[in-house]
Amino acid sequence: MKKTYKIDVDCANCANKMETATKKVAGVKDATVNFMALKMSVEFEDGADVSAVMKDVLAACKKVESDCEIFL
Amino acid sequence: MNKKQKKTLCRVIVAGVLCAILMIISHTQVIELPKYVELVLYMVPFLIIGYDILLKALEGIRNLQAFDENFLMAVATVGAIALGEYEEGVAVMLFYQIGELFQSIAVGKSRRNISALMDIRPDYANLVTDDGVERVDPDDVMVGSVIEILVGEKVPIDGVVISGDTYVNTSALTGESVPVRAIVGSEVISGSINDGAVIRVQTTKEFGESTASKILELVESSGLRKSKSEKFISKFAKYYTPIVCIAALLLAVCVPLVNVATGRDACVATWVYRAFTFLVISCPCALVISIPLTFFAGIGGASAKGILVKGANYIETLSKTNVAVFDKTGTLTKGVFEVDVIHPGELSAENLLEYTAYVESYSNHPIARSIIRAYGKEVDKARIVDVREVSGKGVIGMVDGRRVACGNERLMNDEDCLVGECVLGGESAGTIVHVSVDGRYAGHIHIQDIIKPTSKEALDKLKAKGVRTVMLTGDKESVAAVVAGKLGVNQYYSELLPGDKVSMVEKLLGENTGGKLIFAGDGINDAPVLTRADCGVAMGVLGQDAAIEAADVVLMDDDPLKLVTAIAIAKKSMRIVYENIIFAIGIKLLCLVLGALGLAGMWLAIFADVGVMVIAVLNAIRALRIKE
Repeated sequence: MKKTYKIDVDCANCANKMETATKKVAGVKDATVNFMALKMSVEFEDGADVSAVMKDVLAACKKVESDCEIFL
Repeated sequence: MNKKQKKTLCRVIVAGVLCAILMIISHTQVIELPKYVELVLYMVPFLIIGYDILLKALEGIRNLQAFDENFLMAVATVGAIALGEYEEGVAVMLFYQIGELFQSIAVGKSRRNISALMDIRPDYANLVTDDGVERVDPDDVMVGSVIEILVGEKVPIDGVVISGDTYVNTSALTGESVPVRAIVGSEVISGSINDGAVIRVQTTKEFGESTASKILELVESSGLRKSKSEKFISKFAKYYTPIVCIAALLLAVCVPLVNVATGRDACVATWVYRAFTFLVISCPCALVISIPLTFFAGIGGASAKGILVKGANYIETLSKTNVAVFDKTGTLTKGVFEVDVIHPGELSAENLLEYTAYVESYSNHPIARSIIRAYGKEVDKARIVDVREVSGKGVIGMVDGRRVACGNERLMNDEDCLVGECVLGGESAGTIVHVSVDGRYAGHIHIQDIIKPTSKEALDKLKAKGVRTVMLTGDKESVAAVVAGKLGVNQYYSELLPGDKVSMVEKLLGENTGGKLIFAGDGINDAPVLTRADCGVAMGVLGQDAAIEAADVVLMDDDPLKLVTAIAIAKKSMRIVYENIIFAIGIKLLCLVLGALGLAGMWLAIFADVGVMVIAVLNAIRALRIKE
C-alpha cells in the first residue's frame, strides 16, 4: 500500500535525510520525499499498521531534522 | 516572504550591521580594544545570527547525527573564533544564513510560480438544490448532481451540459487558447473556464476523479519519480560531506604531526584554520537543491504548455530521444474522415456537394457524415425522396426531382456513365465518392483522413535534431506510402494489427543503441505500446483516463509540435542540470585544493558554499521559462 503525505521541511538536504531515515523504519517498504512539492510518499509492507508506522517515521525524521513536520 | 523568512532577514540585518561596525572599529583602530573585549563584542552578532544553528548542532550531537551541516557550520565558526579570527567566524555564519534565506525564498517563489501556472484547481462549486444555488466544496458534490457555472468561473467537476449555450476555454489545461463551443449534451472538463454564458452541468465524476484533480495529482507527484542525476546527487552528498570532514581532520591533525616528526614547525593554528575552511565547503547544499529544482521547474514550465511529464526520469529519457515512433491515425493524421477536394464535372462544386450531402443525409457511414459536415448547412428533407442504399456500391435518391447517385465506380457503371479519373491519381490516400446526376457523370468528392497541419513541421524539426522518425499504421500499404511520402518519415510499417505494433516497437528498441525510443499515439488501443517504449507519449487525451494512466508524457491537445517542445524542454533542463553539477562540484573541488594549499581562506570558502548555491539556484529557475 502506498500513501502520500504533506510535509514541511526547510532544506533540500534535510529532505534527503528524511527520506533515508524513513526507509529504515520497520514496516516501510520504500519511501520518496519530494522537496519541491513538499510531499512524501510511503510504501508500506503488507499488513503493516499504517498509523503506528507513520508515528515511527515521524519520530525518525524528527531525529535527523528537528525542524521537519509530516502532516498525518 | 513568510514569517520565518522575515525573522531571519531581521537577524541578518542586525547582525550584519553590528559586524560591520565592529570591523570598521578594529580595522581603523579608532578605539584600541583589548582582545577579550573584542571577543565579547563579536559574540553579540555571532549569537544573534547563529544561535539556532548552534542549538541544532547540539541536538544533532545528542541524536548522534554527525556531519549534519549545522554541526559543520558550528564547528567551523566556533573554531575560527577560537583561533582569534572573529570577523571570519561571524561572517561565515552570516553568509550561511543569507544563503539559506535566499534558497528558501527562491524555492518558495518557484513553487508559487509553478502552482500559478497550474492554476486549475477549482475552489468551489455552485450546487443547484431545491432551495436555489448553494456554494459548496467541490469534494461534497455527488456524481449526478447539477451545478451552475457562471461566466468567468472554472468548471469544477467534469460533466455534461444540461442547459445553456456557451464557449469554454481550455487554455489552462492545454496551453492553447481556443474557445470550444459547449451546448446541451456537450461534455465539459474541469479546469476549463466558462467564457460565454451561464450553464448548468450534470456532473459525471467525483471531484477527485475529475480531470483537473487528476492532472494536479499527476504534476505534484511527478517529483517522486527521481531521475538518475538526482539519485547520483543524493549518493554524492552522502559520501562528499564525510570525505571532506575526514580530509579536514587529516589536515588539522596529521599535517602538524608530520611537521613535528620531520623536525619542522608544527604550525597547528594554520592547519586547523585550513581544516575549518574545508568544513565550510563541505555542505553539498548547492547540488542537493539545484538539481531537483531544475527538474521541478522544467516539469512546471512544460505543464503550462499543456505537456504533462510524469517524472523527472522522463525528462532525462526525452532529452536522449533518437528514435520517435508515431502511430499514424489520430496522431499524425486527424483520425476522422474529411472532404479533401471536390472535382466537379458538369455541376459547380457547391451544387455537387449539396446534392451528395442530400442523398447521403440518411446514412450514418463515416464517409457520409464527413460529406454532410463539409456541406455544413441544414438538410431540407422535403427536397429529397426515394432514397435507397445499393449495398456495397453507394446510395441513389431523388433530389429536387433529379436522380442523384453517389458511390463507387461500380455504381457509376450501373448508372451507365463514364467515370472521370481523379487528378490526384497515385497521390490519393483516401476514398473517392463518384456522383452522377440524371445518369450523367457530375464529378467526384475525395475524402481522406487529413494529415494534421503541424505534422510535417514537427517531423522536420525532429529530423533536424537527428531523431529518426518511424510511422506505424494498420492501414493499407498504398495509403501508408502516400502519407509517409507526404510527411517525409524515415521509415514506415503498414498493415499492422495492434499486437504487431508492440512487437514492431520491441524490434526497434532492440536495434536502437545510444539513445531512447519514444512512441507517440493517441491513447486509443495503444496503451500496451505506450508502456513498452522507453517513453510513451499520449496526445489529445483531454479527459481520457486510460491513456493518461498508461503514458509517461501526456500532451493535452493533439498537436504533434508539442512533442518537439517537450523534447526541447527536456534538453534544456538536462543541460542546466549538467551545468550545475559540473559548476558546483568543480568550484568546490577547486576551493578545497586552494584551501588546503592555504591560498583560499574562509572568505572564498563562503563563496564556494553560498555563492555557488545562489548561482546554481538562479540557473535552475531558468528551466521554468520556455521559448516557443
